[in-house]
Amino acid sequence: MTQTVNQPAVTVPSNELEKWMHMYQQMLIIRLFEEQVNELYQTGQMPGLAHLYSGEEAVAVGMCEALRHDDYITSTHRGHGHCLAKGAKVDRMFAELLGKAAGYCRGKGGSMHIADPVSGNLGANAIVGGSAGIATGAGLSAQQRHTDQVAVCFFGEGALGQGVIYEVMNMASLWKLPVIYVCENNLYSEYTGYKEVTAGSIVDRPKAFGIHTEEVDGQDVRQVHETALHLVEQARRHQGPAFLLCNTYRYYGHHVGDINRSYYRPKEEEQYWRDERDPLKILSQWLIGQKMAEPLMFEQIQQEVNQIVEHGVRFAQNAPYPDPSEVSRHVYA
Amino acid sequence: MSMPSPDTRHITFAQAINEALAEEMRRDPTIFIMGEDVAEAGTPFKVLAGLVDEFGTARVIDTPISEQGFCGIGVGAAMTGMRPVIDIMFGDFLTLAMDQIVNQAAKIHYMSGGKLKVPIVFRTNLGATRRSAAQHSQSFQAWVSHIPGLKVVLPTTPYEAKGLLKSAIRDDNPVVFIEDKLSFQQKGPVPTAEYLIPFGQAEIKRSGNDITLVATSSMVDIALQAATLLEADGLSAEVIDPRTTLPLDKETIINSVKKTSRAIVIDEGYERYGITAEIASLIADEAFYYLEAPVKRLGAMDVPVPFSPVLEDLTVPTPEKVIKIARQLCGRITTSLTGA
Repeated sequence: MTQTVNQPAVTVPSNELEKWMHMYQQMLIIRLFEEQVNELYQTGQMPGLAHLYSGEEAVAVGMCEALRHDDYITSTHRGHGHCLAKGAKVDRMFAELLGKAAGYCRGKGGSMHIADPVSGNLGANAIVGGSAGIATGAGLSAQQRHTDQVAVCFFGEGALGQGVIYEVMNMASLWKLPVIYVCENNLYSEYTGYKEVTAGSIVDRPKAFGIHTEEVDGQDVRQVHETALHLVEQARRHQGPAFLLCNTYRYYGHHVGDINRSYYRPKEEEQYWRDERDPLKILSQWLIGQKMAEPLMFEQIQQEVNQIVEHGVRFAQNAPYPDPSEVSRHVYA
Repeated sequence: MSMPSPDTRHITFAQAINEALAEEMRRDPTIFIMGEDVAEAGTPFKVLAGLVDEFGTARVIDTPISEQGFCGIGVGAAMTGMRPVIDIMFGDFLTLAMDQIVNQAAKIHYMSGGKLKVPIVFRTNLGATRRSAAQHSQSFQAWVSHIPGLKVVLPTTPYEAKGLLKSAIRDDNPVVFIEDKLSFQQKGPVPTAEYLIPFGQAEIKRSGNDITLVATSSMVDIALQAATLLEADGLSAEVIDPRTTLPLDKETIINSVKKTSRAIVIDEGYERYGITAEIASLIADEAFYYLEAPVKRLGAMDVPVPFSPVLEDLTVPTPEKVIKIARQLCGRITTSLTGA
């Protein structure tokens, strides 16, 4: 393990407070958004299922805050956090989840397919590993168009079982593409502990392709972010792809309907991560410990975010469904 | 056949493809070619020979043997401003890239509510009787024609190869462009001036009154040979080449069958659940009251393609098989059948 939990011991100047408070707010938006999604499911107000990102917020936020607006991301079935972190708005996200016309995909994509090209989001993808090619292709495109854009491919450790990941990492390394492969190891590939299905070392796999590889504590947004800044800068300077392993945890089950999950992981483990390894707590406690922030400031943010989420879900609930004529629109461009 | 310009040359199907790519790449810098052995090798069939010399390795990109990977990379590049032409060396290898083509390329425009586009061409091929056995001989046009969001092109002549490929490259949707391996060295007239052939326009390859032969790609020549042989029986066959199966020019097919009252549909894909089934069903739906006989189908035998020439030749439609069925449909079962 090259994990460096106690890093980074940077001395944060006071003008950095704003930056970390912004990231706290971004993480809290994801957290409360997902709690609301769970509530919508539990109360029978949402069609289908959703895969919640709660617990993993520091990865999406730490990474996306290192990106420019015109950089690309691709996301996964557990994608709400990535979409929000890259700039999607809560109200239109909820609208998509409820299948409404105001949603990011006019209600045609749903939870697992939210795409927002305006914010550089090339789409969540419900095929595990399915967006690895797309992200790598966006990197090739940036190279061909002579821009300095960067593409970030988010995927869970479950995608390490898919061959396409290795095919595209090979090409990204050969061609020095500006792609960052961000592996979120939340310890469970759907309903199976990752160690049961993952041989050898995760980080040795990208290293075998000659890809610059880092491993961080995915619960510590500062660590994710500072490593991300470095990797993004490298990619932007045409120094090739990188692989970032983020060790993290998902608080809920594989999806909102995966409630009785003690057969594959103990409740005590979930409680430990919520109590001791929570990304919001880790950041707020550090800011308070550094005497940069006071508890009251986080309460204020909580109130603001509560309002954003409440407004967003109300917007979505009141929004109209798509017109039936939409069913055969957009099959072809 | 309509020819837009009197200035034509006779060039091969492979040269027609090569010309279409070169002209489009000169016109639009966002177009690039990617696949296995496409650069210096120019593919095993030499279809792309010389393109790397003009456009360089940045636009004619040799990949590892990773169909899923480079098709996926093509999809991502297409979504972000490029127009990739992906080379899939054998049609059989579509299977390796099906997730990228079916779950990604075909659906992204729809899933994103129309916000993302995937202007990409997957060039590949079809056809047996090259003694290449079960994994290098299949014709998978039915698989891809099944998928909403894809377009599927089956050019038959050099003229069509060039005009349809240029349309495919300019299309804003994913297009699967399937060439007949055996036609690469076939020559035909191709105009010097630029032209495009739109999708969804079938071509009447031969006019006739007694029976309609709807044939795709490699089977057009089989149908034309059968039509010539049927003349001896006093039967006049009309040969229709849909040229694109998705979109399909239903009108030309239906109008022909309304005129002839009989139809055989011929395609080199496996017969069961194939292109032929779809077109036969169309005819049954829209021309039923004009039919004098059941619609018949001819595809490849429903067996893996065998290696031994003696066996392989049994698996594909032939002119003899076509005329046997045509005679039955037209009430002309004659003793000359075995001599045909």
